[in-house]
Amino acid sequence: MYLSELKKGETAVIEAIEADDLLAKLFEMGCVPGEKVKMVLIAPFGDPVAIQVAGYTLAMRMQEAAKVRIRKDSFSAQNFKL
Amino acid sequence: MFNAITGLNQKVSNFPGTTVDYKWADIGNTRIIDLPGTYSIYPKSGDEHVTVSTILGQKTGFEPDKIIVVADASNLKRSLLLCLQVIDLGLPTVLALNMLDVAAQKHIQVNAVELSNLLGIPVVEINARKKQGIDILEQTVSDLKVPTKVFYQINPAIIEFLEELKIVINTGNIYKDLVMAHQVSNASHAKQNIARVFSKYEFETGKLQARETVERFKQIDEILIECISKTAHVADRSNFADKVITHKVWGLLIFFGLLFVMFQSIFWLARWPMELIELGFDNLSSYILHQFPNTMWSDLVANGVLAGVSGVLVFVPQIMILFSLLTLLEDSGYMARVSFIMDRLMRSFGLNGKSVVPLIGGMACAVPSIMATRNIENVRDRLITIMVIPLMSCSARLPVYVLLIGLIVPDTQVWGVFSMQGLVMLGMYLVGFVAALLVALVFKIILKQNNKNYFILEMPAYKWPTINNVSLVVWSRVKVFVKEAGLIILCVSVILWFLGSYGPGDKLEQVEKKYSQSIYKDSTSAQAQMQAEKLEASYAGHFGKWIEPAIRPLGFDWKIGIALLSSFAAREVFVGTMSAIYSIGDGEGHQSLKHKMQAEVDTLTGKPRYSMATVWSLMFFYAFALQCTSTIAVVYRETKSWRWPVLQIIILTGMAYLTSLAIYQLFS
Repeated sequence: MYLSELKKGETAVIEAIEADDLLAKLFEMGCVPGEKVKMVLIAPFGDPVAIQVAGYTLAMRMQEAAKVRIRKDSFSAQNFKL
Repeated sequence: MFNAITGLNQKVSNFPGTTVDYKWADIGNTRIIDLPGTYSIYPKSGDEHVTVSTILGQKTGFEPDKIIVVADASNLKRSLLLCLQVIDLGLPTVLALNMLDVAAQKHIQVNAVELSNLLGIPVVEINARKKQGIDILEQTVSDLKVPTKVFYQINPAIIEFLEELKIVINTGNIYKDLVMAHQVSNASHAKQNIARVFSKYEFETGKLQARETVERFKQIDEILIECISKTAHVADRSNFADKVITHKVWGLLIFFGLLFVMFQSIFWLARWPMELIELGFDNLSSYILHQFPNTMWSDLVANGVLAGVSGVLVFVPQIMILFSLLTLLEDSGYMARVSFIMDRLMRSFGLNGKSVVPLIGGMACAVPSIMATRNIENVRDRLITIMVIPLMSCSARLPVYVLLIGLIVPDTQVWGVFSMQGLVMLGMYLVGFVAALLVALVFKIILKQNNKNYFILEMPAYKWPTINNVSLVVWSRVKVFVKEAGLIILCVSVILWFLGSYGPGDKLEQVEKKYSQSIYKDSTSAQAQMQAEKLEASYAGHFGKWIEPAIRPLGFDWKIGIALLSSFAAREVFVGTMSAIYSIGDGEGHQSLKHKMQAEVDTLTGKPRYSMATVWSLMFFYAFALQCTSTIAVVYRETKSWRWPVLQIIILTGMAYLTSLAIYQLFS
């Protein structure tokens, strides 16, 4: 599944970024494979969204989030630590 | 931190992209350069490009001797990416560990000694806001040596590639060769050799950078395990605030509510200091006229210089309020949230969430705001933002609106709380904003989108704004306003006084002779009549008359014509010019400019000169027209071509003329 499908409050682990033009930018912002993310905010018109990643909050549009492949955290959200 | 070291007062804020250009200061024989923040050595936007090209020595022509990397201790992982890259460039580097207090709040402890061991460079703990640790940092920098470690691991797959690259670029540092190669192949005038090497080995710069980043983060994770300890995870203070501030309903309400309060307070709070300043200057010029012999010089001082100076100073209170409020919002971290909640809306108009902050900044001044667009990665979005920023009502229009609104809108209250004049003012700001959106929409349809279009923005943690920084920004802004605008206004007023007091041939004397006849004596209305005729006979009058045919359809007479022309130096000159025109030869009864303008009668129709139709037409002209030479200059600098500033002048001033024409013709 993709980051864009993640609901508010849900957590996941990044598997890959499926867009070459975004790769370098998202990686340097800390969105590297294996990193945990949590969906924290959704803007008034449903887009953009903000995630918590690598200890800070990062905003991106749905079109970018749709390129981030994730694996849903099988553990519950309580185990989630940043 | 730059301020702490140099003792300078540069603006800092809590929005990514505040510093967009390099600033330097010399201390002794050392030059310290402050650079915009960047996430990595591979620039993604204009401001980051400034930083990287300076580090590589391309911007200034010389390589820096030493580098201070400032890291956010509360988010060390990302800060270390750039740090490792800088270390691998082989330059003497020190890591300044900032925001330890924020890290402590998040229960993050950083072991600086261990970190220094692992990185192979000195690590100094500082607090830039409180200016702590700066002396130790300076000490460390003075005996800084080349890093002892190299982190860049040459991937076996690209060894051949790097070897071949060496033939084209050879700096002696293989990582530096690579960084420079990336830089060049990103530029439009790519050196063909480098492009050829890249394509031969089928390396795309983006993928190569991405691979390097992933490898570096792996190294960083290993380093951080050794030197960071986290205790229990505590919910971030920012999180709850963000839930409200970016909420569907509340978020938008708060945003528009804040804007509303801002304009109301500009009118309310500034009222009595403004009246005080006006009164003071009126008294001063009457005093001069009464105390000193009526010579050319006393007239010049009272009616030329003082009229101009008071025209400038009277707006200082409003500018102070506007800048304090904008700086408060920026410092707190709210502006990044505004970008976030407005992005979707802005996108429909060919803009970008990141356009919002420059647009709001445009309400202060277009010049720094146009520079602030550098952090918009997308070329088209950035260009459109630059084109429409001058439509936002800047602080130079404020004096013009205040004067004109004062003429036609009664000073009454709506529902007992809101000032009617404040509401109309808010309306004028909205007109500018809506016009900006519509023009952006037209550009969106005309200009094609290039491929790279994304919106990725860090949301900084909320911080309490420091009074120090707010007062710093306000003070420097007021200084610039008084100095630059003031100087222009002063010069223009003196020139206007001259042009208004002297005329070609002996026409002025003829007017005086005519009124010196006994039948006109002791009649005050005849005195006023004489002043008007004298002005008309002067150089200024001739000049105004000459352009009158072009602006008559807009409802403007030759006096407004003079003010319009002088406004092309800067908009706020309008008020200074009007004060000068209306006080020339005004020997007695110093009234405020507003009263003089209200009393003015149109000689053609016999109705008040400043009718509703004329004033509205004039206000819309000022709302749209591009009458600011500094803006034109900065647009040229940022777009590197005359095409865009010229287009901007034609579109905006054309819009102004047509709108004013329509308003005057429909409502007069």
